[in-house]
Amino acid sequence: MGKYIVKRIAMGILSVFIVATLTFFLMNLVPGGPFVAEKSISKAAQEALEAKFGLDKPLLQRYTTYMTDFLQGDMGFSLRQRGRTVSDIIFSKFPVSARLAGIAVVVALCVGIPLGCVSAYNRGKLPDNFIIVLGTCGIAIPSFISSVLLLYTFGSWLQLLPTMGLNDAASYIMPVTALAIYPTAYITRLMRSSLLDVMGQDYIRTAKAMGLSSFMTLFKHALRNALLPVIAYVGPMLASLMTGSFVVEKIFTIPGLGREFVSSITNRDYTMIMGTTIILAALVIAANVLVDILYKVIDPRIKLK
Amino acid sequence: MEHTQNTPELEKLPLGPDDFSPATASEKESLVIMRESVNFWADGLRRLRKNKIAMVSLFFILLIVIFAYILPSFWPYTYDQQIKYSENLSAFEYGKTELQRIEAGESVFPHICGTDKLGRDFAVRLMMATRVSLTVGIICSICVLVIGATYGAVAGFTGGLVDDIMMRFTDILYTIPDILLIILLSITLKPRIISLAETPGFEWMQKVGANLIAMFIVFALLYWVGMARITRSQVLVLKESEYVTAARALGAGSGRIIRKHLLTNCIGTLIVTTTLQIPAAIFTESYLSFLGLGVSAPMPSLGSLATDAVKGMNTYPHLLLLPAILISVTILVFNLFGDGLRDAFDPKLKN
Repeated sequence: MGKYIVKRIAMGILSVFIVATLTFFLMNLVPGGPFVAEKSISKAAQEALEAKFGLDKPLLQRYTTYMTDFLQGDMGFSLRQRGRTVSDIIFSKFPVSARLAGIAVVVALCVGIPLGCVSAYNRGKLPDNFIIVLGTCGIAIPSFISSVLLLYTFGSWLQLLPTMGLNDAASYIMPVTALAIYPTAYITRLMRSSLLDVMGQDYIRTAKAMGLSSFMTLFKHALRNALLPVIAYVGPMLASLMTGSFVVEKIFTIPGLGREFVSSITNRDYTMIMGTTIILAALVIAANVLVDILYKVIDPRIKLK
Repeated sequence: MEHTQNTPELEKLPLGPDDFSPATASEKESLVIMRESVNFWADGLRRLRKNKIAMVSLFFILLIVIFAYILPSFWPYTYDQQIKYSENLSAFEYGKTELQRIEAGESVFPHICGTDKLGRDFAVRLMMATRVSLTVGIICSICVLVIGATYGAVAGFTGGLVDDIMMRFTDILYTIPDILLIILLSITLKPRIISLAETPGFEWMQKVGANLIAMFIVFALLYWVGMARITRSQVLVLKESEYVTAARALGAGSGRIIRKHLLTNCIGTLIVTTTLQIPAAIFTESYLSFLGLGVSAPMPSLGSLATDAVKGMNTYPHLLLLPAILISVTILVFNLFGDGLRDAFDPKLKN
């Protein structure tokens, strides 16, 4: 077990390292630079700026400098947001994104699991069919479409909810809904199929034969095992929430990390691109590793490699 | 005792010498109760045809294909044609000059979905956008199929250390959040391929659209991992089967066994996975276009049409709703059809 955990964590760190390396060289392949877009500054000033941030040095040297600095916890200064360090920006934006994603995770789990149970419990009947249709539609609608449609319906047509920012509780409703639709639909489908799978097992038949009501068997025996695939989905769910948050933050003008990432790319803000990419990738990879390890701990049936 | 009792009863049976003559050909045939053997495709198609949801989705897919690939050539407008004085029309409305032409007795084709802010017919833009999105979806899935199936088959078939190394590589690639790399790759590759398309010898690229090619490469580079894993797990099972041993005994090489025996036997899984890849690619393409990183103007894609419409959505909601609905419906029907294909051709995958 200890060996497996060490191996898994080592692979996670390797993945983060590969992401960082790939990102570094990819972004430097992109034509244009952080100071090219500004027409107001002269050529000499631009060169001076580049020299100040070390952009005039050869690529490989910049890479090693960045990586050694990063390992010491220094992510450098933002090239476009003058005078602010990257870690400063990330730490100020991250809580916003994390809160949004956290609420969306809770919503997805709290809605998806019961819906999946109801669906499996009433297999083939009207509620089941209804939930299946809802789930299939939920998976087909990209988050940017749902957020734009929500914005149009509740923001500008009915004018019930605030359309931008995250100032009060009501302003959370639309972004969280838009983010949570896909994972909720996915969890519902996952829960339904895994519960149906478990319900066909021998020990469930035994429990029923011993006189337990079908409701009790579902709760006491089936649910615990059926929840395993849902736990395994938490890692990918974080990734999908992250991709969703890029557009959701853009549409609802929320000052979060996703928006920062997209704008840093269009601005060619190299240090910001590196910082946000590494942090986001590390988060998703860490979640995946954690879920993998947790999964093995919970389910003794899975053989350790 | 029993023997003597039975004999008289046998004698009572109405049997004559005819009953002991050899059977005729027609009599022999009537005894064959075996049905004609049904091959893999016929069997799968029969199951598919019974699946109502899959057939309805197939019908919609055909409609979308006609809408995207055939209708634009019969449409009187083109996707980048700007009609003066006909900007921002709502459905079935005519611009100033068009009204004059109608009064003069000319017939003007109606803008059934209105026009956008540059006076371009929105219906044909929707068609072209659907074409772009579908093309991206289909070609990306084929690239993914080719790379993933080859990689997975080689890894699974070779086994041992090679398999270990190849799979460790996919494991790492699998944990990398794909959207980060897709965004980075697409902005890196796009300008390069556009400039490559201008160099002699690569002019054909401009015909396809350089930024579309960049999109294919980005998707193919990242999405083959899932396909490779599925193919490998299938090949691991199949390579133990007798016909592979037989082929090897007859002297077939590894390449021939992979091509002729292993890949043909997991073709059901491959088709299903490829079909389900199409909506995923459309999904990501529209998402990238929405962030402004996808197919570039004046070429429309469903995602970029939706983005363009967001700013004016209070005044011209139909410009937003139509592409939004079209994306969702396309992804939905491809998903449903893929599910139907899976149930028909690969029942084992169902859970």
